[in-house]
Order: sequence, then structure tokens, then C-alpha cells
Amino acid sequence: MRALRALPTLLRIGVSSAVAYRAEMLVWVLTTTMPLIMLPLWHAVAEEAPIRGFGQARFTAYFLAAFVVRQVVGAWASWTINYEVRTGALNARLLRPIHPVWAYATEAVASIPMRAALALPVGIAAFVITGGSHVADTPWAWAMIPLALAGAWGITFGAHVVVGAMSLWMHQSIKVMDVWSAGFFVFSGYLVPVALFPEWLRWLPAWMPFVYQLGFPVDLMTGALSFEEAARQLALQWAWVAVITLLASVLWKRGLRRYGAFGG
Amino acid sequence: MSQLVRHARLLGAQTRLSLLVAMQYRWDFVLDGVMSIFWTITALVPLYLVFQERPVIAGWTYGEALVVIGWFTLLDAILKGAINPSLTTVIEHIRKGTLDFVLLKPADAQFLVSTARFRPWNALGALAALAVFVYAFRELGTAPGALEVLTALVMLAAGLLVLYSLWILVVSVAFRAVRIDNLRYLFQAIFDAARWPASVFKGVVSFVFTFVIPLALMTTYPSRALLGTLRTEQLVGGVVGALLFAALARVVWLRSIRTYASASS
Repeated sequence: MRALRALPTLLRIGVSSAVAYRAEMLVWVLTTTMPLIMLPLWHAVAEEAPIRGFGQARFTAYFLAAFVVRQVVGAWASWTINYEVRTGALNARLLRPIHPVWAYATEAVASIPMRAALALPVGIAAFVITGGSHVADTPWAWAMIPLALAGAWGITFGAHVVVGAMSLWMHQSIKVMDVWSAGFFVFSGYLVPVALFPEWLRWLPAWMPFVYQLGFPVDLMTGALSFEEAARQLALQWAWVAVITLLASVLWKRGLRRYGAFGG
Repeated sequence: MSQLVRHARLLGAQTRLSLLVAMQYRWDFVLDGVMSIFWTITALVPLYLVFQERPVIAGWTYGEALVVIGWFTLLDAILKGAINPSLTTVIEHIRKGTLDFVLLKPADAQFLVSTARFRPWNALGALAALAVFVYAFRELGTAPGALEVLTALVMLAAGLLVLYSLWILVVSVAFRAVRIDNLRYLFQAIFDAARWPASVFKGVVSFVFTFVIPLALMTTYPSRALLGTLRTEQLVGGVVGALLFAALARVVWLRSIRTYASASS
């Protein structure tokens, strides 16, 4: 309840800090160029003929949408938690009458307007370049997009808290996040659309959380899914959100019990 | 000559210090090793999938494109092991005002900041690169001759010089815009584009990656050299371009140092 009352203020602080450090934010946005690096390669592949339904226009729509989704679902709580555990800044957070995870969450959510504003031109460019031919055009898809983006953010943020909570045991858990990132790179559709995975490998991403962080919202936005398929994936996505949230809260609670406040 | 000996001894001392630091974190050896394998795989998977669809892409076969990934992996290891740690250190120095102490030391400041810190475990990335080369040439069914290897090494030196000069230019930016401590991630992000053969990029992007941020010089040219398809004018152009780039970086660095007004005074 207390968290709920403090929420507007926390969000306001978050937005101010996102605006204050906008140069830094811009650099962060520019570092997620991977979809834009993948795009020319796939263009070269689809130069003469489309492959499995992917022509050049669809690749453009796919990877520019991937860039936008990556911006909107960004989180960096694992770094913050690691840093605060190491320096002891977490101690001050724990004294406050509000759960630290709320603070990390609002910090990330508050940066979304700024990031969205930076990503919007890319989205518009995608729409113009592809002539609007690969954009979701059904009301149900547009109704699902906010839910899918929220779910994608939930998985990303939850994973960050899980890894962050690990630092309560092992002092440094950033490298674990690198392992997660490597999984995300390969299996989320960030480098290769999952639909273009070879036959024998296609079942794998569907059972991993990564594709719901990126590939699913992108497919939804580019109008690549039927209603049944979209509904099924949305359900699976939120199941992952539930699993990761549960794991994060258990790890956090148990980790705090053995956390021996540095710099006390 | 004595100057050269002195700097060589300094380099030895700095490297020894980095080694000692690295030995304290032996677990990083395992983790960095695992991660370098992971990242090599993330570079290989898309390439593998792409070449399942087409035998030749932008004029490159699978084996040839693998050679480019090999150089990319090698340069990436050097970037992460030798360049990024120093970059982080300098930016930290500038932010805290402790760069003053570096500038006061009786040796060239550019040399001191460039050798400040190494992460020796990243040498494992070089092994990954070697594995990629072996795989690539097995795929091609040939082996590079002595001349090819020699020109490839010359091109590698040119590519490294460009990479290092770019890094000096980035540090020079940090003198002006202090708050940007995530510059090294940007540097890494731009470098990520060097994993594909340069002919994949078209139009303006291709121009930028050849002349402004010469990624082509770093991975595509050494690959061509190793495959024996590098033209003489590309070889000469690459070497001359790299030297010009290095001279530019030196001039910009000296000017930045002159205008640097310390954070502490």
C-alpha cells in the first residue's frame, strides 16, 4: 500500500533523472544497434528472392520493430544492485520504508517515455520505408501489443532482479547477466527471426523465456501472427513473468537474510 | 634509443601489474573463457543460418565469411582485453580529476594511459579466433600460403592501429563530455558491425564504414589478404590510411591535453 502511495513521486524522480542524463541515455540507445547491424546482412540474403516469406521489406519492418521493442523493454537493475551491494549503498535503501525492488522498477519504467521518444523516429521510418505493408492491422493485435510489451518488460526486469539478488551470495553476479544476454542474443529473435531457425531447432526457442522478451512483441507488431497463435504466446509469456517474479522474490528474500552489509 | 628502452621497461612494469591483478581473480579465467566461447557462437549462429539459405551472399561464401568472423573474434579479444580496460580507467581518471597525477609523471601521457590496464584472460578469445580460422579453412578446403599470412599480418597491424586511434579519439571526446562514462559500450556497439564482410553494407553506411570509421580495414581487408584476394592498391591504401588515422589521433590527443582543465583545481 505504502509503495502504491509513493509510486507517483518515485516515477516523477525517475523521469527527471532520465531527462537530466539525456546525453547518457542517448548513448545507451545508440549502443543497442545490433538489429541495425543484422538488417543489412538479411537484406543481402533476400536480395534476389524472399526466403520463407521474408522479403527485404519484411526484414526492415522486423528489425526496426526489434530496435523499438528493445528500447521500450530496457532494464539494468542487475548492474544497479551489484553496484549497491558492493559499495554498501543498498544499506540506505533497506532503511527506507519501501521495498528496494520498487525503486529499481520505477527507475526503469520512468525512463521509458524518454527512450520511446528516441525510438519513435525509428518506428515511423520503418512504417514509411515499408509503406505500411508489415504493420499489425487488426484491433485485437493493437489491444495485445501493450500487454505483450508489459510482459516482455516483466521478464527482462525479473531476470535482472534474479541476477541482482545472486550478488547477495557471490558479491559479483554481472557475469551471470552476460550468460543471460548471450541466450537472449541467440534465442530471442534479436539476430535471427525465430521463424527462420532450421526445422530441427525451432521448438527450442518456444520453450525459453527469451523469445517473449523480443520476438513475440515484434511478431505481433509486424502482423505476423494469427489470433490463436498470438493468444497462446501471450499466455506463455505471462506464465514466464509469473515464474520469474516468484523466483526473484524468493531469491531476494533469502539473499537479504545472509547479506552482511558492506561498508557498514 | 634510451627513450625506447625506458618505455619498453615501463610497458613491462604495467603489464606485470595487470597480470598480478588478474591472478587475484582466477574465477574470471573460467568465466571469461566460457563467455568468449559464448560470444563466438553468437557471431557464428546467424552466419550459419544465413548461409543455409544462400550459397553466396554479397559476393562471399560461407568459408570466406568465416574468415571475417575469425578476425572479428581476434580483434574483439584485443578490444576487450587491452583497449576497453584502459579506456574505462582514463574516463574514470578524467571524472575524478586524478588524471593530473598521470600527466605529472615523467613519461608520455598517451603511452601511460594506453598501457594502464590489461585483462590477460581475454587472450582466450584469441584461441577462439584460431579455432574459427581452422574451421573456415577446412570449410574452404585450402590453406593460406606464407605470403598471404604475411600480408594478412600487415593488414592486422594496420587494423589495430586504426582501432587504437579510434580509441584515442573517443578518449579525447571524454575530455569535453565528462558525464559520458558509457562511451565504451558505444565503441563496442559500433565495432560489432565489423563482423560482416564490408560488401554487405550499402550506400552511405558502406561509405562511413570504409572511410569515417574504417571497419572494413579492420576485418575485411585482413580476410581478403589471407584469402589472397586483396588488391595491391587496397594494401597500400590500408596502410597509408591507418598511418594517417594514427597521426590525426595523436594531434587531437595533444590538443585535448592542452585544453584539459582538470576536475580538481
